[in-house]
Amino acid sequence: MRALRLNEETMTATVDAVMLEARAGALSKRSIKTTAKVAGIRLAIACMDLTTLEGKDSEGRVRSLCAKAIAPAPHLPDVPSVAAVCVYPNLVAVAKESLRGSSVKVASVATAFPSGLSSLEVKLADTQAAIASGADEIDMVIDRGAFLAGHYQQVFDEIVAVKNVCGDVHLKVILETGELGSYDNVRAASDLALEAGADVIKTSTGKVGTNATFPVAVTMCEAIRDYARRTGRRAGLKVAGGVRTTKQALTYLVIVKETLGESWLTPDLFRIGASSLLDDLLMQYEKERTGHYAGPDYFPKD
Amino acid sequence: MTGIFEYAPAPETTKPVIREEYGLFINGEWSAPKSGTYFDTINPANEQHLARVAHADAEDVDRAVRAARKAYDKYWRNMKPADRAKYIFRIARAITERSRELAVLETLDGGKPIKESRDFDVPTSAAHFFYYAGWADKLEWAMRAGRQAHPIGVAGQIVPWNFPLLMAAWKLAPALACGNTVVLKPAETTPLTALALAQIVQEADLPPGVVNVIPGDGATGAALVNGEVDKIAFTGSTEVGKAIQRALAGTGKRLTLELGGKAAHIVFADAPLDQAVEGIVNGIYFNQGHVCCAGSRLLVEERVHEEIVVRLTERLQTLRLGDPLDKNTDIGAINSRAQLEKIHELVRSGIDQGAVLVQQSCAIPDRGFFFPASFFTNVQQSHRIAREEIFGPVLSILTFRTPDEAIEKANNTPYGLSAGIWTDKGSKNMYVAQHMRAGVVWCNTFNQFDPSSPFGGYRESGFGREGGVHGLYEYLAH
Repeated sequence: MRALRLNEETMTATVDAVMLEARAGALSKRSIKTTAKVAGIRLAIACMDLTTLEGKDSEGRVRSLCAKAIAPAPHLPDVPSVAAVCVYPNLVAVAKESLRGSSVKVASVATAFPSGLSSLEVKLADTQAAIASGADEIDMVIDRGAFLAGHYQQVFDEIVAVKNVCGDVHLKVILETGELGSYDNVRAASDLALEAGADVIKTSTGKVGTNATFPVAVTMCEAIRDYARRTGRRAGLKVAGGVRTTKQALTYLVIVKETLGESWLTPDLFRIGASSLLDDLLMQYEKERTGHYAGPDYFPKD
Repeated sequence: MTGIFEYAPAPETTKPVIREEYGLFINGEWSAPKSGTYFDTINPANEQHLARVAHADAEDVDRAVRAARKAYDKYWRNMKPADRAKYIFRIARAITERSRELAVLETLDGGKPIKESRDFDVPTSAAHFFYYAGWADKLEWAMRAGRQAHPIGVAGQIVPWNFPLLMAAWKLAPALACGNTVVLKPAETTPLTALALAQIVQEADLPPGVVNVIPGDGATGAALVNGEVDKIAFTGSTEVGKAIQRALAGTGKRLTLELGGKAAHIVFADAPLDQAVEGIVNGIYFNQGHVCCAGSRLLVEERVHEEIVVRLTERLQTLRLGDPLDKNTDIGAINSRAQLEKIHELVRSGIDQGAVLVQQSCAIPDRGFFFPASFFTNVQQSHRIAREEIFGPVLSILTFRTPDEAIEKANNTPYGLSAGIWTDKGSKNMYVAQHMRAGVVWCNTFNQFDPSSPFGGYRESGFGREGGVHGLYEYLAH
């Protein structure tokens, strides 16, 4: 493999926090009602990575999650399947088998998730194992320590190496924006990951204090938009961590729509990684349909 | 693929009470105008009639000024300052309590998007009353040591149609806090929120005559200027401002003028460009560009000109023009037919003089007064669209190469109300800000307002300050 050199000229865009947060705040005030809300909920479900990433995950837990991923609400036939189920590498095979025959993909975290602090050999082996077990998508983490120390080439090289192992397998690169400390860094990390060949850039692991936020999503959308303008390649966005309510999910759809355009609102280019969000989406969906809220026990857990 | 996630209509459903007919609010009571004449106020978004409003003539103005004089001598000037504060706090609280209703009323009468009247006009109005209420019993702290704070007397206040309630608040709050009484003349096309404010004043039980509200046109304003008032505070066009200053010359009446502008909005190549574009959009399309401090002259460093134009063109397409009452509307209605015609006229002049027009492509409603968000490239300093205030959603883009050239071009205007600067470099920001001949300079932001911050102009943009401690001095005796 020919060594690639990161062009740091592509990482020079700066971000002003005050105006960015004002813009994100304005987008979060879009009023999404009636038909728009129903369409938005269906879209959010279709773009969801239904996730379980806990130390106590088991095969049984993953099977039950997969059943829900295929048919989130069996009594509501117009509710689509989710885009993917996201699990640890050891559970990929179970998920793959449970999802056989459905449209739902299997995504696996890899590369010493969530810290990314292992040797490159371990990270690549981790990725290979997940792919060998049947993963359709890989969610890798960047080495934030290296990024913050300014070792951009190292971070870049690792993404390139993982992408190389992935081949056609979809690669999502987790920036862990909650650890990057500034919007300038979020933008620079986005630019770097896109240059390195990420199919999707993803906000968070869900394992640190601050996960996806609206201003971070706006910044990453802007990076994706500028990259597409420069290169013609359309990369995707995944927001993850802390997305629990329908209102939040709809705001992310608004952010993507108004920054990247509606053509980005497909499971190929936009994902929401979440574990409990689906329940709220279904409750809100039912409410729009019937005019009243059903209790949580009317929807299957997990 | 489009139409996958279209926003459904989201109209604000609060219905404010609008009377069939409004009289004049003089001496704490509603009365018919002596002139017997009324005018109609309409909704500029659909041209439908909203209410009949009394038109004050010279005799009515005189009646209002006499009521204010009596209230000044009898109640207000000698009232314990802490008690004055209580009344002003009451007004502030009432605005907050009735905020939704006032927002809808402002949008119906003036055409601005409900999100702006709801999130900006009404809360900022309340904030001004809260802020100045706090000053009422602390005026000595605004004075130099050893000096006493004394009110001026009766203030005649003439406010424009672009921020009807907010401009009334900017004028009333400091005047009342300092112990003056007031005759307020709202603009002809937007009297309803000022009249609602009169109702609030009445419910707050202010002594009769402390606040008088008399709708009318330019003739009413002229009568007020020539009336037995001690001070005139005017916000509006430079042309009328000059006429007022001429009329007051030698009379000893105090005057503050907040007039037009043609603000330079400077974007350097090292600016955070996405946020600069947001600042540009906010600077010129906020309130359909009906903003005296609008960033209507964009000065872009030459090497990012093309990039800014590309980004701005894309951003225009996401602006939502339409029903001002829809919560997702970004661009509402132009305030009046006359203003719409003025915008059309100036835009034609821009095209005729060789500038290139770019507009958002969107459906324009059949009824009502609407103009799409627009900007011009290829603009020269000498073009009318670079010199005259358009007061509409139309931006003129010019270029520069060095900071000094930016400064020179920015200051090359008879106006001097506001300016904006975008650069990631702090020292450059400060250097350019220092050299702006403008009353307000926003660095890496635009259109930020706070009651504690003074606002006002240089040169043909007027004089005097509103807001902050400075705002008090305009209503205290020298």
